[in-house]
Amino acid sequence: MQVLQLLLSGIAQGCIYGLIALGFVLIYKATETVSFAQGELMMLGAFSALAGMTFFGFPFWLAALFAVLVMALLGVLLELVVIRPVLGQPQFAIVMLTIGIGYVMRGLITMVPGIGTETHTLPVPYKDEVWKLGALVLNVEQVVIVVATAILCGLLFVLFRYSKLGIAMQASSQNQLAAYYMGIPVKRLNSLVWGLAAAVAAIAGMLLAPITFVHANMGFIGLKAFPAAVVGGFGSLPGAIVGGLVIGVVESLAGFYLPDGFKDTAPYIVVLIMLMVKPNGLFGEKLRKKV
Amino acid sequence: MRFIFKTTYAQDIELAKHGGQRFWYGLLCVLLLLAPWLIDEYWLAQLTFVLIYGIVGLGLMLLAGFTGQFSIGHAAFLGTGAYTQAVLSNMGLPFPIAMVGAAALSAAVGVVVALPALRLKGIYLGIATLSFGFIVEEVFARWEKVTGGNAGLHVKPAQVFGWELGSGNGFYFVCLVVAVLCTLAILNLLRSPTGRAFVAIRDSEISAQSMGIHLARYKTMSFAISAALAGLGGALYAHKLSFISPDQFNILQSIDLLLLVVIGGLGSVHGAFLGAIFLISMPQLISLSKDWLPPVIGQAPGLQGLVYGLVLIAFVLFEPLGIYGRWLKVRTWLQLFPFYRRGLFKRQKSFTKSDRLR
Repeated sequence: MQVLQLLLSGIAQGCIYGLIALGFVLIYKATETVSFAQGELMMLGAFSALAGMTFFGFPFWLAALFAVLVMALLGVLLELVVIRPVLGQPQFAIVMLTIGIGYVMRGLITMVPGIGTETHTLPVPYKDEVWKLGALVLNVEQVVIVVATAILCGLLFVLFRYSKLGIAMQASSQNQLAAYYMGIPVKRLNSLVWGLAAAVAAIAGMLLAPITFVHANMGFIGLKAFPAAVVGGFGSLPGAIVGGLVIGVVESLAGFYLPDGFKDTAPYIVVLIMLMVKPNGLFGEKLRKKV
Repeated sequence: MRFIFKTTYAQDIELAKHGGQRFWYGLLCVLLLLAPWLIDEYWLAQLTFVLIYGIVGLGLMLLAGFTGQFSIGHAAFLGTGAYTQAVLSNMGLPFPIAMVGAAALSAAVGVVVALPALRLKGIYLGIATLSFGFIVEEVFARWEKVTGGNAGLHVKPAQVFGWELGSGNGFYFVCLVVAVLCTLAILNLLRSPTGRAFVAIRDSEISAQSMGIHLARYKTMSFAISAALAGLGGALYAHKLSFISPDQFNILQSIDLLLLVVIGGLGSVHGAFLGAIFLISMPQLISLSKDWLPPVIGQAPGLQGLVYGLVLIAFVLFEPLGIYGRWLKVRTWLQLFPFYRRGLFKRQKSFTKSDRLR
């Protein structure tokens, strides 16, 4: 029973990592940029849901929709204003740029008087409820995370498989130049991908909010999503979710069975082993440069 | 505009290219030597920090700016140096020997990190070093017997055979000497075949390899030297603060160090020190400006992060070569006046270097 309980909480936490990693992978596939601001986008998503519920007085589902829309818009704007001018520069310049964006977001939220420095609870309707399944105690918050992640993955699968937009995104992520010659508006697609990544991050933020509360530093959890993305293979969407689940479960089990201190480092130890054994990740493609 | 008429090959690799440089660097040295009598104690302490961060920045600059290997966990090397220094000097070892030990241990750790890093490129390397940084920070926090855990560790003042340096003037001169020696060593390294090999690896690994450069060896060497410099900086840092705890060497410190090299100017030795000046003076400027900003903005705790972020974004967008790149432009403008053209430093728009290798 204990193991099942641990597995469940690990899977729920892993879904969060997976969703953030999904944002990394989406952006990486589209623009070959690694965004260090993904965790901060998640934090902003949680804060905008909070603003929707407490400031505007929306019901939960409307606030969630509001947060997703706001964040998608913000993602598109970010791509337009700061990311697009530096595309084509060395990858590291862009990494530093996204670190800067993260700093700005965290700084701005902290500067909002009376709100930024406090921790808040997102008043979700399913807060603190439990289902009992025999000896197993199901935390509804965790169940919601798993279910929502599954639904979101299904939606993304449909988007990438059947819609014109998704197929265009796939094409441009495989070869931008060829996609451009086929008449795909690559630049506009890149903006949309950033919007999509930000929206996914917002959803992750809202799902995480009931567990960890909403505060300005919740974005640091994004750093644990890097191992998730690498374990799954940086260029693979299903890999991101699987990697997230692996990291979440490992972390949860390590926290219980291993001595203190391993809980926080377990994801990083896993990723170092992964990088040594199989640098392309579980689902990554193996590519070799031809000279 | 100065034209240098070269008559021997040795002139190509001279450290100071012409008399003007000798004059200005000499003046800088004299000013730095006189600093304890020119500025008051508080600013001297800040200057000491600039020198310490400059040494660490030199290490990261060698790795990131000259070898093209980005490390998002450099605070781990800084911390290794600091803790080694603390433990060794608390055991009563004289200060220079402890410092050699700190540098050596950091270099050894650097080699260990470099081993898995040899197979990795770009962002994978970044994530590997990031992970390593987290693990080392956790080790500092958990290995309580040696490091004192989260409670921190007090460091005895620096002493050489009974002569105590304290943390004022004497310590400033130690930092100055170490910084000058490190800078000269790096400059010397960069004009040697080893340094040229580093730059070749940065520009293209494949062409470097086909020129006969042993990638693994040079990358490991770069990691080791970089870590050793970070360790030296860490050793001085430990003595300067006289108290260290694991959270001084967390991810934010690593990002600060990256900020230092990017804002100073990647690929320039000057950049390490310019970046250090930026990193140290920025919090001072912010706290000075708090008085005339409206209290809603001035007293907000997030102000520093916001300013750092904005400056970083502005530099990446408008001046990717950092402060040193801007200075080069200003200098050229002055030298060529009135013939400076806007496109003079325009970088070649290179095709997007893809990691996907198609």
